[in-house]
Amino acid sequence: MDVSRYLIPFEACDLTMISRVGGKCASLGELLRAQIPVPPGFAITTDSYSRFLEENGLTDKVQERLKGLDVSMLDEIHTASDEIRAWIESGTISEPLEDIFAENYRVLSRRCRTPALPVAVRSSATAEDLPDASFAGQQDTYLWIRGVDDLLDRICKCWSSLFTPRAISYRIKNKFDHAQVLISVAVQKMVRSFTAGVMFTINPATGDRATVVIDSNWGYGESVVSGEVTPDQIHVNKITMEVSKKTISKKVMYYTTDPHTDQVVKIELDAERQESQSLLDSEAIELAKLAKIIERHYGKPMDIEWATEKSLPYKGDIYIVQSRPETVWSQKEVKPVVEPKASAIEHIMAGLIKGKKIT
Amino acid sequence: MAELKFPSPHEAEKIPGTEGWERMYPYHYQFSTTNPDRKAYEEGMFWFYDGLHYPEPMYPFDIIWDEAWFLALSQYNQRIFIVPPAMGIDHRIHNGYIYITPLPVPDPTDIPKRAELFMKRAGYYYQNWDKLHDNWVEKMQGIIKELGDLEIPGLPEVEEEKVVTEGLGISTGYRLLNAYDKLIDLGILCWQYHFEFLNLGYAAYVFFVDFCQKAFPDIPLQKITQMVAGIDVIIYRPDEELKKLAKLAIELGVEDIAMNGTAEHVLKSMEGSANGKKWLEAFQAAREPWFYVSTGTGWYHHDRCWNDDLDVPIDALRIYLEKLKKGDNIDRPTQQVIAERDRLAAGYRELMTTDADRQTFDQMLGQARTVFPYVENHLFYVEHWFHSLFWNKIREVSKTLVEYKFIKDIEDVWYLSRSEIKEALWDVVTSWATGSNARGPLVWPQEVEWRKGVMEKFRQWSPPDAMGTVPETITEPFTIVLWGITSDSMTQWARLKSVAEGDLTRIIGFPGSPGIVEGPVRVCRTVKEIGELRDGEILVAPTTSPSWAPAFQKIKAAITDVGGVMCHAAIVCREYGLPAVVGTGSATSRLKTGQKIRVDGAKGEIEILP
Repeated sequence: MDVSRYLIPFEACDLTMISRVGGKCASLGELLRAQIPVPPGFAITTDSYSRFLEENGLTDKVQERLKGLDVSMLDEIHTASDEIRAWIESGTISEPLEDIFAENYRVLSRRCRTPALPVAVRSSATAEDLPDASFAGQQDTYLWIRGVDDLLDRICKCWSSLFTPRAISYRIKNKFDHAQVLISVAVQKMVRSFTAGVMFTINPATGDRATVVIDSNWGYGESVVSGEVTPDQIHVNKITMEVSKKTISKKVMYYTTDPHTDQVVKIELDAERQESQSLLDSEAIELAKLAKIIERHYGKPMDIEWATEKSLPYKGDIYIVQSRPETVWSQKEVKPVVEPKASAIEHIMAGLIKGKKIT
Repeated sequence: MAELKFPSPHEAEKIPGTEGWERMYPYHYQFSTTNPDRKAYEEGMFWFYDGLHYPEPMYPFDIIWDEAWFLALSQYNQRIFIVPPAMGIDHRIHNGYIYITPLPVPDPTDIPKRAELFMKRAGYYYQNWDKLHDNWVEKMQGIIKELGDLEIPGLPEVEEEKVVTEGLGISTGYRLLNAYDKLIDLGILCWQYHFEFLNLGYAAYVFFVDFCQKAFPDIPLQKITQMVAGIDVIIYRPDEELKKLAKLAIELGVEDIAMNGTAEHVLKSMEGSANGKKWLEAFQAAREPWFYVSTGTGWYHHDRCWNDDLDVPIDALRIYLEKLKKGDNIDRPTQQVIAERDRLAAGYRELMTTDADRQTFDQMLGQARTVFPYVENHLFYVEHWFHSLFWNKIREVSKTLVEYKFIKDIEDVWYLSRSEIKEALWDVVTSWATGSNARGPLVWPQEVEWRKGVMEKFRQWSPPDAMGTVPETITEPFTIVLWGITSDSMTQWARLKSVAEGDLTRIIGFPGSPGIVEGPVRVCRTVKEIGELRDGEILVAPTTSPSWAPAFQKIKAAITDVGGVMCHAAIVCREYGLPAVVGTGSATSRLKTGQKIRVDGAKGEIEILP
């Protein structure tokens, strides 16, 4: 059997493969190509998803169940969603597929020298509306998953996220064919992050392209991504690579792994750490260097999730765990900030005539 | 900014015991309510205190420079280049402090016509900048020579015989009056030249700043000035001369002579050896003109230059000698400055999103770099070289007034206005000619005493930042660049006030140069005190000038009472990578030597540590 039809390591993914591995995995492949440190992992392709539906007799059954629904029928959509997701989550992954997933998971674990390697399992959408992140399944993330059984279970959950009520409505509204929209799943080594968060290669508040804005909190980045805390914010000037602004916020909670239960838990931060800086200036500068490489690779402003892993408080390794085009400023029409003119003196005169507002 | 309210200029506070102070200054500088039109005009304008130039109240004589630029700046805006939306800047005085207000063109339909003229006239200057600038340097050197050569005669008991034998037909009394007129005239002329390029220079700079801030809303002003800053600018020259002299002393093996005693002693000791004489020759050569650098801004008569007090440059020289003997490098980091300036310009240019913007950037940056050396260099010619000579010529005039007992001390002359001095000189020469008693000794000594008292009361008083009505826009380029009157600075003023009133551990100023450091304070009220600086201290000074340059070799950061992002301390700190907070208003009075503080140069804040 051709393994690469069903599973592709991140190293082999690129942007031409979005229809098979989804935006998230394609992007991780691109980052690796640009020599960015990305935790290793693999994409479970859309063919795995299609084969799973086929083997469980769900391909036509799902389409039948969605027939005749329109956006106004909120209750019906909810019931259909519940039913379809239950079918998918209780389906069986066939032996040939399971062999592929389990074998690659074993290889990944060995590569990382950790038995039953903890991984993050995330859906990776393939739909037409990228880079707008509003599409189905974008938010589906399962952290700290260990062992083949749990991995298979979360893969099914990611697949089923294609049929949340919101995703169904969205496709109906935009006249997308449910049958044509497929989904991939990213399985990635979990970074046991000491500090994590997101960063933008443009200041999202002002549109300044010379500023990298980094939001950070202790523990896993999910507390920042979900907006559950007000993160610390550090600005780094892309040209001078200096920290140009720093706001330390009161961070009340964080996500981490409980060593006793081996589960991800949400914990209140102790008072001392709440108001201390969660990311060193030197780390912010290292992150900004990566941000610049990523932005240059894509040729547009980017929105990046990152994490630092460390065993000692002063030394850490930085990883990029996700990256996608920034959605607000990159969609604005690109036009000159001032009307071009024949000479400097014409600019000076235009400026003089306008004056400066002071109120 | 609607919440910003300033007092009416006609209701401004009066200081008991100073009644009649108005006679110390020109009559047209007074706010007045006698005529309803003039009253309404004064109430409707936005008068802000020119603390940038005048951190202390005006001496009746020193107001000459204010009158000179009142005329010069305004005429270039309104009568020569015709700045499209901006007329001149009007001036007033209250309790000894100068208030100014930019006048917008009242009828906007006049602007296109003015623009046409401006394009043609300013355009000519921008396009022929280098040629006109060479011409300017020649003119300036010409009037400086004239000033230096100007003889201020003392009155003889009997005229020399040659008055008769050569048929001169005039007396020294006439020549004294004439020399005084000439002296004042040269001063006013110098200020005519001062503004020939300055407003155009600032305009090119301010709209480059404007463009950069539109393209990059987060860009710090400091980075923009770094992109345009000149390298071979005169501001560094006096200091460079000292460094050269320090190296030469070591080369010639005369450094130990330079380390001992007063300047007078050093110079005398140098005479004792061939190498010493060689060094002395280089020293004397450097004095003309570089030691005319003022130890202050040059705006006040008490800002003396190195040539007035050679102990100042000799002390500074010793800082360099000590560094050199330790094996330290004392050269300016010129290569780094150039590299940084190019890296910034290339970096920002690359991040622009359109080629149209890159074109605008190249045009504006090119123009700003052409004009900027003038903006930085004119200070040496006018405020330092010319002014230093000028103050001393007035002291020569003063000698005669002392001799005739009009005033007790040479330094009392500053309490007379320039027209009062002229009248007093008439009193002197007529009594001299007649052989009668002048009235001056019965009038001026007690008037000067009274004026000293009034000035002291002015000094104890804090002038309000502004008076009158806040306008919606400011179009006058000087007002924007020099005084930084924008919505940001108005907010800053409000903040300065609120912090000053509440928080005793924090001092707020303008961000001069980025960086955060902690260290002990060293308050130096004059440049003579920089010898006390120890390595790693934070310099706190009223203001700094090129003659303070050696201090920057020792310090960790600089704080000044006066100045904006373009002031000397800010420029030098950016070059050496030291934090600076400038324009704090009160750091020298609120901070004490030895106190531990934290300086945040990017924010413009100082924290007094427990």
